Amino acid sequence: MTRLINRQPSRYSRLMLGLLPFIVLFVIYLVTSDARLAENPSDKLLPSLGSFADAIVRMGFEPSKRTGEYLLWQDTFASLQRLGIAVGLSAMIGLVIGVFNGMIPYVRSPLSPLVTALSLIPPMAILPILFITFGLGELSKVVLIVIGITPVIIRDIQLRTDALPSEQLIKAQTLGGNSWQIILRVVLPQTMPRLIDAVRLTLGSAWLFLIAAEAIAATEGLGYRIFLVRRYLAMDVILPYVFWITTLAFAMDWSLKRISILAFPWYHSAQGARND
Amino acid sequence: MTKHEPPIIQIKNLWKEYGDNVVLERVNLSVQAGEFVSIVGASGCGKTTFLNLLLGIEEPSQGEILLDGQPLDPEPSVERGIVFQKYSVFPHLTAVENVMLGQEFTQSAVSSCLLGRLFGTARRAAKEEAMDILEKVGLAAAADKYPSELSGGMQQRLAIAQALIRKPRILLLDEPFGALDPGIRKDMHRLTRELWTEQKLTVFMITHDLSEGFELGSRLWVFDKTRHDLQAPERFGANVTFDIPLSTGQEHHEHLAKLQAAKSHTA
Repeated sequence: MTRLINRQPSRYSRLMLGLLPFIVLFVIYLVTSDARLAENPSDKLLPSLGSFADAIVRMGFEPSKRTGEYLLWQDTFASLQRLGIAVGLSAMIGLVIGVFNGMIPYVRSPLSPLVTALSLIPPMAILPILFITFGLGELSKVVLIVIGITPVIIRDIQLRTDALPSEQLIKAQTLGGNSWQIILRVVLPQTMPRLIDAVRLTLGSAWLFLIAAEAIAATEGLGYRIFLVRRYLAMDVILPYVFWITTLAFAMDWSLKRISILAFPWYHSAQGARND
Repeated sequence: MTKHEPPIIQIKNLWKEYGDNVVLERVNLSVQAGEFVSIVGASGCGKTTFLNLLLGIEEPSQGEILLDGQPLDPEPSVERGIVFQKYSVFPHLTAVENVMLGQEFTQSAVSSCLLGRLFGTARRAAKEEAMDILEKVGLAAAADKYPSELSGGMQQRLAIAQALIRKPRILLLDEPFGALDPGIRKDMHRLTRELWTEQKLTVFMITHDLSEGFELGSRLWVFDKTRHDLQAPERFGANVTFDIPLSTGQEHHEHLAKLQAAKSHTA
């Protein structure tokens, strides 16, 4: 084993190597933050750990002086609600249209070009239209996310449906299945784990659209808060918020993966160890 | 098996062409119920096209195929069971669910039409029947496993069990054992032979393995072109050049020798 491509780190060293860059970044931050604060104690750019702790306590565990709400949790709840509704809707629309597009030529012919065209519209460009049409409330934010990610999910599901071996569909027909039964019992269950994959991949864009919409017009939400405190250069709030958003995104991705492994063991065993 | 009975399959002046490319020409054959037809031939000589025509996923350019005297359905249906070399079973269903699917599709219960599922007593009956068939192909112990947990041979057994549950008039096998190890292949031959005699099936099997064709079949068809145009090889289609009745197992070697001689002669 002298070739680099053949050398495998042990389990322990893999963990250590994985942690290493995080530790390095953390140390670099501490050192530079200390240096700046030594020069100017009221520097706001790289706050000390102490001011992060203060900010976290202030945002998460003390009621706001102005409204009496716990801001971090209020923001989290508002954002997750928007994200949850929008992603759920997109997944449902994506699944139904994707499967029908993939399976039924008479649906695909009229819908497929439309979906392709819609997916090429930059969603941010039509955000003003959404605000004008749906108002500044929750609906326009949800619609932005839906418009942003649904076409991607539809196209992914359609591709996956197309990729089902034709042997399977022929076999199902020789077993007497009609179109509806075949879609329901053969195609749909096999697309479900792929839908979860598609949702995992689009979650990043969903967050992007959510924060963009909140930054422009909202009264609460994680994105709203970050853009609000930006005016005061409040890095002690922004950085913990970014960290929190990252944690939430990671938790969602991880739970979707677990759900998929638990609910569709056949999918993951057929894929071998590729459970990443 | 007397010749007085009407044939189960009649092929009348069958042609299949794709544009200028003639794949099959003037195929005229008839097959009695209970025959086991092995189909051999070089790659690209129309074996698979012929199977697709029987299956109903392609339509003849001319001529027709009659099943029990009636023209074949132009799409796959329950009269024709199929086992492919791979991808025949559904990866998201356990072995027993794979076999039950046939009943869940075709029973007249409301849940079957709406959901493609059975519930309660109907489901228990279907499961029992499925278990019987799994027993026959030696998969009873693996009933609750997913196909990915089964070996290649077991997956093919499952595919056969699944095809048999609808009691098809004819069973089509498209190189069913091509991807299996020689040892497993012998087991599969035994199973196929047993099922064929026991269930009085009519079988069409495409194979690349001549000796397999001789061993299993009661009749062997060789697909080949009878006319050749060196300038335009696609102008002439293939036909059944040899139609050899086999009393399974015997005469195997002499026929094989004769056929190989004929092949080397034409080549």
